[in-house]
Amino acid sequence: MLERIEQAKKTIHAACEKVGRQIQVMEVCGTHTVSIFRHGIRSLLPENLKLLSGPGCPVCVTDQGYIDVVMDLARRDDCIIATYGDMIRVPGKGGSLESLHRDNIKVVLSTDDGLALAKKHPDKLVVFVAVGFETTTPASAVAVADAASEGVDNFCILSGHKLVVPAMQALLGSKNDKIDAFLCPGHVSVILGSDAYKPVVEEFKRPCVVAGFEGVQILEGLANICEQIADGRADIDSVYGAAVTPQGNKVAWKIITDTFEPCDGPWRGLGVIPGATLKLKNEYKQFDVLHRFGIKEVPTEEPAGCQCGQILCGLLDPPQCGLFGNKCTPDTPVGPCMVSTEGACSAWYKYGK
Amino acid sequence: MDEVQNHAFRLRREDMPPVKKRENMEEIKKIMLAHGGGGRLMGDLIARMIVPKFGDGQSVQLTDSAVIDVPSDKICFTTDSFVVQPLFFNGGDIGKLSVCGTVNDLAVAGAKPMALSLSLILEEGLDMDILEKILQSIADTAKAANVNIVTGDTKVVETGSADGIFINTSGVGVLMDNADLSFARIKPGDAILINGTLGDHGMTIMSQREGLKFDTPLSSDCACLHELTQMLCENCGEAVKFMRDPTRGGLAATLNEVAKSSGVNVELTETALPIDKTVQTAADMLGFDLLNIANEGKVLAVVDAAVADKAIDLWKSHPLGKKAAVIGTIAETDDSPLVELVTKIGGRRIVQTPYGRELPRIC
Repeated sequence: MLERIEQAKKTIHAACEKVGRQIQVMEVCGTHTVSIFRHGIRSLLPENLKLLSGPGCPVCVTDQGYIDVVMDLARRDDCIIATYGDMIRVPGKGGSLESLHRDNIKVVLSTDDGLALAKKHPDKLVVFVAVGFETTTPASAVAVADAASEGVDNFCILSGHKLVVPAMQALLGSKNDKIDAFLCPGHVSVILGSDAYKPVVEEFKRPCVVAGFEGVQILEGLANICEQIADGRADIDSVYGAAVTPQGNKVAWKIITDTFEPCDGPWRGLGVIPGATLKLKNEYKQFDVLHRFGIKEVPTEEPAGCQCGQILCGLLDPPQCGLFGNKCTPDTPVGPCMVSTEGACSAWYKYGK
Repeated sequence: MDEVQNHAFRLRREDMPPVKKRENMEEIKKIMLAHGGGGRLMGDLIARMIVPKFGDGQSVQLTDSAVIDVPSDKICFTTDSFVVQPLFFNGGDIGKLSVCGTVNDLAVAGAKPMALSLSLILEEGLDMDILEKILQSIADTAKAANVNIVTGDTKVVETGSADGIFINTSGVGVLMDNADLSFARIKPGDAILINGTLGDHGMTIMSQREGLKFDTPLSSDCACLHELTQMLCENCGEAVKFMRDPTRGGLAATLNEVAKSSGVNVELTETALPIDKTVQTAADMLGFDLLNIANEGKVLAVVDAAVADKAIDLWKSHPLGKKAAVIGTIAETDDSPLVELVTKIGGRRIVQTPYGRELPRIC
């Protein structure tokens, strides 16, 4: 393993030296962000290789308006909120779920646990806070299908599920982007299939390399990217092994597309991205809490003054945002990059860079 | 405080009052509010269930305060409260925890633990059987640690006002002659030692709460550490600079406190950290960093580097120190003291004080 680490480091340094200019690589996924942080990867990279933490952390990109809807539901005595632990501290306009201190807010590890809550409390409506990308969406889809077939009428979801690739395209579509390449998440890519990145590679000529979450794999993914940039190539590649196929996991995709359909929806810090959010299909609308309570629209609330969109695209560094360090800190986060403990702003705040 | 409710029991066998049996006691299976009301029911509870567990199970005298003979002019005094769910977990229970926790707070201060107080807050409806098991565990743990439970108190609160049982223990110990421990004595070059694997307690509790099961079940490290600390103080004397039991907040919180309070940097080596494989798997599944996870049977020691090997050998000779290791060093700081970890792949990262509530990461 040490040999692989040394080889990857050597390749990265050589390629970056050859390129000369600043290279900005975006890791799309929050799990990569965490892993890069945990392994101290930045400390091993050359000065001119900069890693940007992308929009691939569901916590980070969940809109304030979505949180506010969850908060309103959490204040109702006839509802139980079932949520992944990730969402507890994400701030809406009126604070976070954690700040409500209500015992009808339950942290669960799976959608199954949410469904079990509904069966245990038939007199309450259990609302599952359905966030995440292609990895968590199949679980939500299965839960909704199970609730439908088992007749669990007091279970529903608030879908905040999102799609990775349209967001990558949206980032590149904003004219000023300075993203040179994407480090793509192994687990999401197993479901997506590597072909899903074709538009990014073909239309925008940016390398997309799939890597797992071990330190050595991340280094190898970065080495692959740097080599491509040095050679002037933009290919789809994978250092994740045979798990990633061009077509992806068709079964999981079928489960998703049977239950959900794409729609336009807001991403925190990025605004509305066309076709990058998922909502329940019409035949499952009774499991959509918005339908259940006749909530017409989830308000889109952009935190005023927040520059996360610019920071995500590598156009600004965190201290250039007016909120940074005063209104927006890790304990009182405003924007997505501060919400996530390992987001760009949070990391900058804690480490001075 | 109400005189009747405040029972202190002194270990004087000859003064033992005979304990009367109440016939209908057998029928009461759950704690009732009256058990804390200062009347007959409470008297029964204390006399029949609590007192016999302690002081050799023979004799006690209920007075308002315990009298302790102290063979030194320097005593250490500490207190800790215990709230945990589940009450019983693999490797321990709230009773064992309440003795170990306070014994350890004394131990890492360089004290020889002598006596503990025991305050119980019981929730109305608590099963007598559960209380019995917890009291037995307290008695067994105290006996094994050679400390006496010398005074106590019992309150009962309404259903819903507590989580079954809350326990507070306070402890008194005598400072050992050769113990000179403080943040101020920590200097660059010192070695950082731990007596075994990290995060076992916290991951056991969280896995049990979340219903995660593993082929090798996780087990809390809950244990009294006074023998390890005494061993170190007696054999290495002044070369032992500082000790702490990294409980809540884990190693990360303790080491950040060391860095700030001593004005030094801490450098940890990831490959040197003793970590159980199953515990690591559980942590990975839930997205936790084991450096932030609670321990209940670990002592961190900062010692002069010259005695580090000797200290590790000493600890390894004890059942609680089999996996003892030197995990890092103290270094000079520039302006802001920090804790850094050299990772397995040779990277460096900063280890921060955790937020305070670990939440599973799914997405």
